[in-house]
Amino acid sequence: MSGALHRTGVAGDPASPIHRLDPRAKVLGLAGITVVGVSTPLAAWPAFVACGLALSAIAALARVGPGVIWSRVRVILPLVLFVAVFVPFVRGGPTVDVGPLSLSEQGLETFALVTAKATIGALSAVLLGATTSFPDILHGLERLRVPRLLTVIAGFMYRYVFVIADEARRMRAALAARAYRPRHLGQVGALGRMVTALFLRSYERGERVYLAMLARGYAGAMPRLAVLAFRRADTAFLATLALTLIPLRVVVA
Amino acid sequence: MSCAVDAHDLRFRYPNGVVGLDGVDLHVTHGERVAVLGPNGAGKTTLMLHLNGLLAGDGELEVAGMRVGEGDVRDLRAAVGIVFQDPDDQLFMPTVGEDVAFGPLNLGVPREEVRERVVAALATVRMEHVAERAPHQLSLGQRRRVAIATVMAMRPRLLVLDEPSANLDPRARRELLEVLDTINRTMLVVTHDLPFAAQLCERAVILAGGRIVADGPCTEILRDDALLAGNDLELPAGFDLARVRLRTAADPLTL
Repeated sequence: MSGALHRTGVAGDPASPIHRLDPRAKVLGLAGITVVGVSTPLAAWPAFVACGLALSAIAALARVGPGVIWSRVRVILPLVLFVAVFVPFVRGGPTVDVGPLSLSEQGLETFALVTAKATIGALSAVLLGATTSFPDILHGLERLRVPRLLTVIAGFMYRYVFVIADEARRMRAALAARAYRPRHLGQVGALGRMVTALFLRSYERGERVYLAMLARGYAGAMPRLAVLAFRRADTAFLATLALTLIPLRVVVA
Repeated sequence: MSCAVDAHDLRFRYPNGVVGLDGVDLHVTHGERVAVLGPNGAGKTTLMLHLNGLLAGDGELEVAGMRVGEGDVRDLRAAVGIVFQDPDDQLFMPTVGEDVAFGPLNLGVPREEVRERVVAALATVRMEHVAERAPHQLSLGQRRRVAIATVMAMRPRLLVLDEPSANLDPRARRELLEVLDTINRTMLVVTHDLPFAAQLCERAVILAGGRIVADGPCTEILRDDALLAGNDLELPAGFDLARVRLRTAADPLTL
């Protein structure tokens, strides 16, 4: 749990032109690449290549190395691919023989398509996360008129997921220290009580946080100190992506 | 000048019937630093939550020249800065800088001035280098100092601290004490840490069963072993009051 948490946050060169872009530009740009990728049929495969090249260029400019990308993509991608890998076996229609296996041609196409789309989506998300801090992404989303309630909830989640994970780790350590190693179903009760305790603690913390917010004049709005500035570099970034990917996507289709 | 806290026969009962305050009389003048001591469940936190109107009981309460329960609650909360015990409750914004800015922005302070206040408040607690960090990346001692900064940025007239030295290692505790000692504010310090109280505050009150049962110079209260024992309080074993530099009423604040 904590392992996955540590594979987050800004990576690469924080002073790179990509890192310094306005979060809104990065959210829109990388979401745009994902949309182009997801909407592309297999016949228009050059669009996949173009998306891949765009993502590589962004990674190179931001100096986010393949090691970082791999370690983060590894968290998301296997889940998708695990499902997709069975498709060639279950689809009907003409088949091709690969050694002892008989695979559906249509299924193979679907597999390739899903793999390409999932990879582009995952890479876009990973690059956004590696070049933009989570608070900045939230700020960007807020300014892009994503409902306040959602960004506020995401903000609290980001702030407290570490606190709750810490509490859970301590409770697990306390269980383990008293030789708790569940071997059969009758022994998982302690885990249930741990989750209950964790829930109650978090609930009580919520109440205390609310009091602390009220004490500092909270009246329903989450004020922001930082001001986002959309600069020429941001326009150039979005224009470059739009002018290369969209025409390509339209032409090859 | 009006007094900082003037409570008269303050009473509060929780919805479940537990009596929180049972007729508290407390008078604190500007510039005083008062330690609020007492056993668990004595009503210390309840009293604290009354000072800025988060809880409202019966009786009369005037804080920083404002009658609690009348007028704009925002003015009251600007005047009374409460630092909660667990900094994880107090620091809820994604970055330290945004968190320190939260209070003054709520008060409608212009952005430019808020920026200056953030820098100044973090400098007061010697944490100016962490503005961009996330709270979970800081140690407990650092988070507690930042929590004080979030309140200082609101420029309160009265600073209320709930168990500021709890769970700190000796060094973080000393650093916190040094930081607090430089802050020129009327202070109410709710604590179990008697040596900490002795070094920071010149006056102490003991709250027990929802009432003030003792009130006097901190040194006198801490020397009264029978009084302390009667209220589940005790100095650490081997602690010698004569060997620390105690704060006395002769160390006036320049407000």
